[in-house]
Amino acid sequence: MKPMSVVVRSVFCVFGWFVLVFGAYVIVHGHLTPGGGFQGGAVFATFFAALMASLGEGAFGESVSSRFLSTVESLGLLLFWLLGLLGMGRTFFHNFLAGSGSILFGGSVPVGPNEGALATGGTVALMNLSVGMEVVAGLTLITVYMALARLVVPDGGERGHDR
Amino acid sequence: MTGSMPYVAVAVLFLCGLYMVLFEHNLFKIALGITVMEASANLFLVVLGYRSGGGIPVYTLASREAMVLPTPQALTLTAIVIGLATTALLLSLVVWAYRHYGTLDIQQIRRLRG
Amino acid sequence: MRLDEHLPALLLALPLLGAFSAPLVGKGSRRWVELLLPVLSGLTFAVAAALLHRVSVGGTQLYVMGAERAGLALPSGMSLPIRIVLEVDALSALMAASGSLVAFACALFAVPYMRRFSGFDKFASLYFLLVAGMLGMEVTGDLFNFFVFLEIASVASYGLVAFWRDRPEAIEAGLKYTVVSTVAALMVLFAAGFLYGNHGVLNMAAIASRVDLGVADKVAMALLFGSLAMKAGAVPMHMWLPDAYGEAPSCVSALLVSVSQASLYGLFRTSFSLFGLPRVAPLLGWGLVVLGLLSMFVGVTMAIVQKEIKRLMAYHAISQTGYMLLGVGVGLVASLSPARMESFGLVAIGGALYHVINHAMYKGLLFLTAGAVYYSAGTRMLDQMGGLARNMPKTASLFALAAAAIAGLPPVNGFTSKLLIYQSSYALSPFLAAVGMITSVLTLASFVKIFQSAFLGPALPELSEVREVPAPMLAGMALLALAIAGLSLLPGPVLEHMVMPAARALADRGAYIAAVMGGGM
Repeated sequence: MKPMSVVVRSVFCVFGWFVLVFGAYVIVHGHLTPGGGFQGGAVFATFFAALMASLGEGAFGESVSSRFLSTVESLGLLLFWLLGLLGMGRTFFHNFLAGSGSILFGGSVPVGPNEGALATGGTVALMNLSVGMEVVAGLTLITVYMALARLVVPDGGERGHDR
Repeated sequence: MTGSMPYVAVAVLFLCGLYMVLFEHNLFKIALGITVMEASANLFLVVLGYRSGGGIPVYTLASREAMVLPTPQALTLTAIVIGLATTALLLSLVVWAYRHYGTLDIQQIRRLRG
Repeated sequence: MRLDEHLPALLLALPLLGAFSAPLVGKGSRRWVELLLPVLSGLTFAVAAALLHRVSVGGTQLYVMGAERAGLALPSGMSLPIRIVLEVDALSALMAASGSLVAFACALFAVPYMRRFSGFDKFASLYFLLVAGMLGMEVTGDLFNFFVFLEIASVASYGLVAFWRDRPEAIEAGLKYTVVSTVAALMVLFAAGFLYGNHGVLNMAAIASRVDLGVADKVAMALLFGSLAMKAGAVPMHMWLPDAYGEAPSCVSALLVSVSQASLYGLFRTSFSLFGLPRVAPLLGWGLVVLGLLSMFVGVTMAIVQKEIKRLMAYHAISQTGYMLLGVGVGLVASLSPARMESFGLVAIGGALYHVINHAMYKGLLFLTAGAVYYSAGTRMLDQMGGLARNMPKTASLFALAAAAIAGLPPVNGFTSKLLIYQSSYALSPFLAAVGMITSVLTLASFVKIFQSAFLGPALPELSEVREVPAPMLAGMALLALAIAGLSLLPGPVLEHMVMPAARALADRGAYIAAVMGGGM
């Protein structure tokens, strides 16, 4: 993919960052407004797709390696699993942080219409963050592999099919 | 929303998607047909939860108001994510099929028979 | 004991841990992933066996995800369950134990088998996702959760079927399987939507207590029946199965047999526990019987003309699934009157469930031996093999054991379960037993042909350097052979303690509903 025209590139370089901010907003506020891990992560990953489309494939491929993205993806998933496991005092996925007063999203929820109290939600908010991390890395990896059309087979094909 | 118009829309979308999957020959159009069918399923789930005159379900201990059901919205999100994973995998398979067979016509891809 | 209560959640959490950590572990070195795959599969099997023991001692186990206590389905006097409930009764525990045993054996087999190919960490991750999806389908009590686990298992299997991406046939098989299977899973989603819209609950026991068989319920019943029968490989919808099973790596084919059986479990749950009311039980029962007859006959007749060993075994998988559908169909038709149920209905269901676990073991072993032959001799076409019994004696004897099992020769376990199915379906209609016996004869003919052309006969010069397969592959195959031997030599205790409680749990709709709706503060 070649870089696109100067108009597209300039617009992207000025406005692309708003996409990142919006994506992060949707991930973090998932327990208050519609959104959450997957939705915000998909918006966040749109930044990388737009980057590759407007600035050409090399612009992204040099800066962040797919090994790093794969590690971030696995770490996000393992954090999600760990948060489920930590509730095992009662049951798996038990929300042990909601209403407990701890600093990690443990406030109590005010009664009435949603005021946007960010410090509530417990493990739901933490799981949103870990899933968001995973979705960003995962979707960016998918976009990188498909855009660069990397041939992920060793040269000469797999040699295991003949004896 | 007038009565059952949304459900008619779901049926029309579903039949369009089914037609594309069954009768189109280009692999990309078949993948697109699956996407349209998934969209109809998601629309169906969201419309199921609607209640006329209902409010947004973001209250805590709401007292009086009728509210739109939030559960189908969660089901739809899950279905969208599953659809994304399937579409990504399907498109990767289409790219590989083109590399091996040199064509995107599903009637030419017939080495496995019997 | 505290750990004991959490067994259903651990059953799902361990394969998911494997799936999430395999790519990370693979960044270190491949040897760690080769260690992770069998160890976590073995632990999963241990958890499933412990769960089976706990269910046989303590009855149906409930696990409410995220609640205060594991068994708290109806908190604070509510009338409907509000969280995702895992309901493990005797049938679920039996199928989970058999599926996880096959997964462990195939994981042992996969370690040397996949050594010649790259991308083993991705293979391990997809493998664990497939196992997690299969086990999740079998233990969950929530309809949408069933759909989610069905899709997890399906998407993982799309990737695994097309794993050998440099072979055009594998990509073609994966493509066609993906398209057909996605449409079927969408039907399950529509059915879940219909049932939710009609009743307002997603929990299977809660829906079962409120089913009123209006138009929406009947549409949902038809959609669930059709799409789950398609995923299990019943005949008018079986076209994807020979391609997918034939082109996947052999360890994956053996596991896919158990995954299709998880869809079969879903079909049984739908027919008995969700919609098993007297008004529709004959319709569903005869529907299952017809699907069973078609699958048995078409499967075995298409199998006789095949020349490639794994495609042939896939057609036999279709035909053996027909036996299971026949047995449960007969049981469902008989469930209308308690007298018929006593005399042959429960025996039919018991025979079918016994056949389910037998089939998982011997079909798994057959696919693994075919994989062993492919690994050593490098070919899958029957006319290029010959005289391999001299070079690979252990593989040949394991194949002979599994072939005797599938053909139903006494005293191997295939005979016992087929006999139970014959004698109970004869009581309903002699034609059913006749079709079953003809199928059995044709199965025997087919496997005698394979055994003779692959292992017996004169040694071919181009196969003279073929050696026996490495030890972990033999260990995996021997594990399944040990299970077949155990099931064959001890039919009495197996039937009494594992299979008939599962049959009774399936037939008893009231107990399934009461386990969830009666549990709370």
